Amino acid sequence: MDKEKTIEVDYIARVEGRGAINIDISKDGEIKDLKFRIYEPPRFFESFLIGRKYDEVMELTSRICGICPVAHQITALRAVENALQIEPSQQTRDLRKLLAISAHIQSNVLSMYFLSLPDLMGFESIIAMAKNHPDIVKRGLRLKKLGNDITELIGGRAVHPVTAIVGGFTKIPSKNKMMNIKKRLKEAKQDAYHTVDLFSDVEIPDFKRECEHIAVSDPNEYAINNGKIRSTHGLNINEMEYRDYISEKQVPHSTALHSHVKTRDSFMVGPLPRVNINFDQLSSDAKDAAKRSGFSFPNFNPFVSHLARAIELVHDIDESIEIIDRLPFKDDSRITFTVKAGFGAAVTEAPRGMLYHSYDIDNNGVIRGADIVPPTAHNANNIEKDLHEFVPTLLHLPIDEITLRCEMLIRAYDPCISCSTH
Amino acid sequence: MFVERINMREKPKIAVFKFTGCAGCQLELLRLEDIFLDLLEFFDISYWVMVKRENQEDGPWDISLVEGSISTPEEIKEIKEIRKKSKFLVAFGDCAIGGCIPSIRNWMPQMEAETQVYHDTSAIHSTKVLGIGEYVKIDAILKGCPPHRENILELLKSYLLKTKPRLRKHPVCIECKYRDNACLITSKKIPCMGPVTSAGCGALCPSLNRECEGCFGPMSNPNPEALASIFRDIGLSEEDIIRKFRKYAGTSIEFQREAGLR
Repeated sequence: MDKEKTIEVDYIARVEGRGAINIDISKDGEIKDLKFRIYEPPRFFESFLIGRKYDEVMELTSRICGICPVAHQITALRAVENALQIEPSQQTRDLRKLLAISAHIQSNVLSMYFLSLPDLMGFESIIAMAKNHPDIVKRGLRLKKLGNDITELIGGRAVHPVTAIVGGFTKIPSKNKMMNIKKRLKEAKQDAYHTVDLFSDVEIPDFKRECEHIAVSDPNEYAINNGKIRSTHGLNINEMEYRDYISEKQVPHSTALHSHVKTRDSFMVGPLPRVNINFDQLSSDAKDAAKRSGFSFPNFNPFVSHLARAIELVHDIDESIEIIDRLPFKDDSRITFTVKAGFGAAVTEAPRGMLYHSYDIDNNGVIRGADIVPPTAHNANNIEKDLHEFVPTLLHLPIDEITLRCEMLIRAYDPCISCSTH
Repeated sequence: MFVERINMREKPKIAVFKFTGCAGCQLELLRLEDIFLDLLEFFDISYWVMVKRENQEDGPWDISLVEGSISTPEEIKEIKEIRKKSKFLVAFGDCAIGGCIPSIRNWMPQMEAETQVYHDTSAIHSTKVLGIGEYVKIDAILKGCPPHRENILELLKSYLLKTKPRLRKHPVCIECKYRDNACLITSKKIPCMGPVTSAGCGALCPSLNRECEGCFGPMSNPNPEALASIFRDIGLSEEDIIRKFRKYAGTSIEFQREAGLR
């Protein structure tokens, strides 16, 4: 180390939204300044939701994110239902889980194949890969389409679906079409195994930081839409207690607020914390695939997030088939309820990790307060902390290589920056 | 036959830009999974930061798809630069057309919106949320939140064929008729935005037992005043009616009166 180094990326590629990296390293290899700078313009959802009606919240908050609209819809619906004390039917819960899983498949495949794989295989994009690796690219497209097609069958369309409402669904999908999906899910299992193989074989940086991992967790299922908030450092709370334990603060270089566990530190959410905390609830085939991968869990290398997504893909296919098999296809979708004042909170697992919504509703069903914390707002602080420890291990490399690896670390988190600055 | 009509000496260069929005329009473009690789035979995607790491920054681009609204002074500068380098600039989706859902905040004092979220507002440079057409000339619009992928494809195909794209100007009602849907307003007194909303979704919501919320924005020459009066007859309050119009296209010339004065 002989010269000062500056790492600068003005607009990080292959992530959703607009963020930058600025790192200054002294001659002695000391980090003088390090910023994961999020400059995406905020949209102030929490402000303009005030004055809107409880039954619009799902439709409006869907627009926080084009990649994970389903996660925002379901979290908003559950928070509103908690406020109004509405208990949806088992079929509604099952269909919502299937809807959420389909969105996980779509988003996680997008992250693995489109956003991160080009780095791991030495290409600038999936477009550049298409010529040399048509089979891999086509597999990515096929899996993504499967996720999207399930979302579309249940929700009407893949981006900003429309059928999920407070209490249920406006329409239950047809059994025939669902059976066709089941067939495709079974066929996709092989693609999922190939995905696990692919992400076990690609070379990833050897880096580990034992930060706190947090995930929604349930002893009886691989939690996505409901569960307790659990962590590797002993957190075990209900969704209504979220604000007693997790805080946000503003930092000058980011329009996304930074989260931390009160009295502790930043934390990680996402596929890796999910697999670490909820490994026992994975399907047996997903567990076997994880064991065959050669990686052990719990794992604290953020780059193993890709493999965690692949393992979840195997599970997602298995659980989708299970849900389809038990769906009664009853027309019980619209339930009656009374609108009253109340406060409701909900946490779910969006594809990128834990998502929190809460609402204050008045007697007329009008929103009087909203609080939303998307996964990337949870992770932004932790990404910086990772970079602080990761960059010193890279200083022997040329600047271009250091820059690429910093980007790769950020892409391993699959940030959704628009979400984070809702 | 289709291919033969197209002069393929040089592929048109496409650029995809994101401003203030959710990336859903880009995701709808990526939803063209079946023909994504075929599209690459016809177009050179030269700028798309969400998908590519090596982007051609200088243009010129034959088609620029611009997603998102303009909500900061920096974005005003950027969209003007992009206009200079673009031959054919498309307002890609409702945000780029008129701000879409986030434009609901245009009815709040900006400071109030900011203090709700940030304790130090000195670092926040947000303005009112407006469509890109407020700042630059646009050559085409793709309506929808998100636009339907078939409409995106229609625009791209017509560009290659040098024909006028067949984008719908009629209301969702026409598509309900095609699909044999009973009218939600006349049969169930459900306040549906279909009569003033641009078609293009295939009457998605009414076909799924749900009223149209207006996510494709105003149709050509709508009569929102008449629809508001029908909503009043059905029993909606003035606040409810304002909320209906102040949603996907409250800032549009067509809806701004029913959306309430700013």
